[in-house]
Amino acid sequence: MSSAPLPAPAASAVDFSALRMKGLTLAIAAFLVLGLAVPLALMVVKSLQDARGRFVGLANYALYFSSAAPMESIANTLVIGVASTAVTIPLAFLYAYGIHRSCMPLQGLFRGIALIPLLTPSLLFALSLVQLFGNQGILKDLLMGQSIYGPIGIVIGMTFAHFPHTFIVISTALGLADRRHFEAAESLGTSRLRVFLTITLPAAKYGLTSASSVSFMLSITDFGIPKVIGGNFNVLATDIYKEVVGQQNFEMGSVVSVLLLAAAALTFLFTRLVQRRQVAMMSGRAVPYEPAPRRAFDTAVFLACAAIALCIVGVLAVAVASSFIKFWPYNLGLTLKHYNFDLAAGGGWQAYRNSLTLATCTAVAGTIIVFLGAYLVEKSRDLPRVRQLIQALAVTPMAVPGLVLGLAYIFFFNKPGNPLGVLYGSMTILVLVTIIHYYSVTHFTMLTALKQVDPDFESVSDSLQTPRYRTLWRVTVPLTMTAILDVSVYYFLAAMTTVSAVVFLYSTHTSLASVAVLNMDDAGEFAQAIAMAVVISGTCVAARVLHYLLTRGLHRRTQAWRAP
Amino acid sequence: MREGIRRFAVSGFIRSLLACLALAVAPAALAATELTVYTAYENDDLKAYKAAFEKANPDITLNWVRDSTGVVTAKLIAEKENPRADVVWGLAVTSLLVLEDMDLLAPYAPKGLEKLSPKFRDPANPPKWLGNSGWICAIIFNEAEAKKKNAPKPATWKDLANPAYKGQVVMSHPASSGTGFMYVSAWLQLYGEAEGWKFMDALHQNVARYMHSGSAPAAVAAKGEYLIGLGFDVRGSRLKEEGAPIDVIMPKDGLGWDMNAMAIIKGTKKAEAARRLMDWGVTEEANRLYGSTRAIAAIPGFAKPLAHLDKNMDERIMKQDFAWAAKNRARILAEWEKRYGSKADPQKK
Repeated sequence: MSSAPLPAPAASAVDFSALRMKGLTLAIAAFLVLGLAVPLALMVVKSLQDARGRFVGLANYALYFSSAAPMESIANTLVIGVASTAVTIPLAFLYAYGIHRSCMPLQGLFRGIALIPLLTPSLLFALSLVQLFGNQGILKDLLMGQSIYGPIGIVIGMTFAHFPHTFIVISTALGLADRRHFEAAESLGTSRLRVFLTITLPAAKYGLTSASSVSFMLSITDFGIPKVIGGNFNVLATDIYKEVVGQQNFEMGSVVSVLLLAAAALTFLFTRLVQRRQVAMMSGRAVPYEPAPRRAFDTAVFLACAAIALCIVGVLAVAVASSFIKFWPYNLGLTLKHYNFDLAAGGGWQAYRNSLTLATCTAVAGTIIVFLGAYLVEKSRDLPRVRQLIQALAVTPMAVPGLVLGLAYIFFFNKPGNPLGVLYGSMTILVLVTIIHYYSVTHFTMLTALKQVDPDFESVSDSLQTPRYRTLWRVTVPLTMTAILDVSVYYFLAAMTTVSAVVFLYSTHTSLASVAVLNMDDAGEFAQAIAMAVVISGTCVAARVLHYLLTRGLHRRTQAWRAP
Repeated sequence: MREGIRRFAVSGFIRSLLACLALAVAPAALAATELTVYTAYENDDLKAYKAAFEKANPDITLNWVRDSTGVVTAKLIAEKENPRADVVWGLAVTSLLVLEDMDLLAPYAPKGLEKLSPKFRDPANPPKWLGNSGWICAIIFNEAEAKKKNAPKPATWKDLANPAYKGQVVMSHPASSGTGFMYVSAWLQLYGEAEGWKFMDALHQNVARYMHSGSAPAAVAAKGEYLIGLGFDVRGSRLKEEGAPIDVIMPKDGLGWDMNAMAIIKGTKKAEAARRLMDWGVTEEANRLYGSTRAIAAIPGFAKPLAHLDKNMDERIMKQDFAWAAKNRARILAEWEKRYGSKADPQKK
């Protein structure tokens, strides 16, 4: 790197670099503390106060548990979390397995389809399921008399919406494999099943457990899908909505939020317990795995993946089609009138441009911050306590419903005398809340990728007295470029489609297209909501294609080591 | 070549980061007389109201922050230590009463106040809030589905308890939506508490879903998902205009209603401009605009009847005690949750 000036004496370069690492570690920790821990702490304090701000101890909790409804909500929430994880993980694993470990055709297309749900507001799935399985639905009979409004609809909707999140994590884990292990097994005559059980699965263990906890936490905190299709099936997230939006009872909203936080903390501890430290799969001597063609296996995997892909595309196609129908189901004429957003809630084109700005800023800033955070957690040896703090805070956002995070931000950033108050009402606070809200999945993705890079690289560079940032830039970044790109796309798409965290934080000058979707759905203007969601999705597709074209050259260079 | 690409990537990254910072930190261009107005009015209403007000007051610009009633109210309460809104214009009076109870509203008596119907103003002097227009609890009845199911048409609220409608009625969840609460509070005031709860016990047997949105029950009834949706007159009229095969029934036994109202937020730094908005909000011109899309306006006689709907709503709406509803809201909702909240799935056969 001719542009980066090298410090002259090598010995002091190492010290300097260590100092820099410490500074960075503290900066990332401060970012997470101010953007997450402090607002959430205020939320917890709120749950111990009455409406006038007086301390009342656990009175709110006692009141909350004084009726039978909360226990039912808690049980329902756990059922939904377990069921949707149990459905999503095997499907996502199968799909990722087909893409990375078989020679089935159209892998690029399948990969693209898996990520489609990220391109759409998750409400779209719930709305589409109503079209398909509602009381007027065309496939209603498939449910055999069961109602889509309830746990069935919630689990199906969540499986679609959370598929790409789990797919990305599992895919990162399956994307890197050492061919030598498979060659050794083959030369020993090991059966395919045994290879799968003793090589593939253990290597993907970290990815699978990460993906499971991602899916579980997304499911218990999702509020949009239960709101639209949940019927009378109460979950904690809709309880928060009832308290905060329905009755403006922040104290009780905080109580329910604290319960959700506790559930997520337990999930985190459980995951840690189950999860032994991942063995580095890509040592410095590793040879990237290249699947060999096997006709029967490839065909079977292809059919399974095609079925999953068809479901995703089909459900979305129904939604898109319904946005062109005049008045479903009574007037099936075609129209573009639902695309006239002049009269729609949320500020039309300005809101749309704002969404683009938000998405771009979140993608750029978020990727840098997440990469550095994950890198420091995994590769640095300085300040172990601070790095543990970063790791603990990084998994927290998963457990925080956007609605709660947004409210916590109001309490913190609008507090009189807070110097960060200048951010209130600005685009920056929207970028900040979006980075934090989606921090966990991106962090897990980055961490999973970094765990697969042999720590030998760092020890070797230390012994050669090469500064860490050079190793980082010349080895680690290129090796994990796929994950970096995944993270930046994920952030862009999340910012385009996010609703719950920003709904309390946008101002006149920063209204967003995704919020417009929520408002239209809430107003019962389903066709317009779908139409706006389709416009957002179109933008996301365009952004993905653009992103792909812009980065292809870079990607090819950094992944050249994969070629034999 | 390799260095070139890398340097390009780095400088591109930094440049876009800087662009982001510039965009994000740049303070919103604020003119001297911009009023931030929180509202739950419909978007098409907002355009007309803003244009008319700014024409009469060229030195003031309105900035809407629009959201559903619940979100706007929650936002105002969450911001109470450091208010961001100058005026709230077009929020349900039941929400404004919550804000009043928290002492977030600044009293003001605009010129022309005496022309408003007494129902449409805070009895305090000077008043803390003023009504603009009203909307009415109605029954949205899907005639196409009724024909298929051979179901009778209801004429009163009590007809809704008819077992013929089992699993066919949807309404807003009173704990999630002000609309749902309006129905519950109207029934309790109309029939008295004991009989009101008895009616809801029977109605509960027919309710398929308590929905979390205020407008959705009308919309899903119009689409035939359910036979009957409890929704407001304005919404029903518009759905019928769009071609929904529905009848918007105004029950004979009493019409509950809610009111859009306006108020100045205490602590606004633009009190003078805020007062001028209040002044304009009670003018005849404003009332004509309110009345063009609502069945009742604050100045009697200024509302045009809605398309496809009954007339003379000014006279038919029931006497409603909003203050009672606001004061007893927590108690009513707790009772409601006790009766219908837990295991609230009457659809199970």
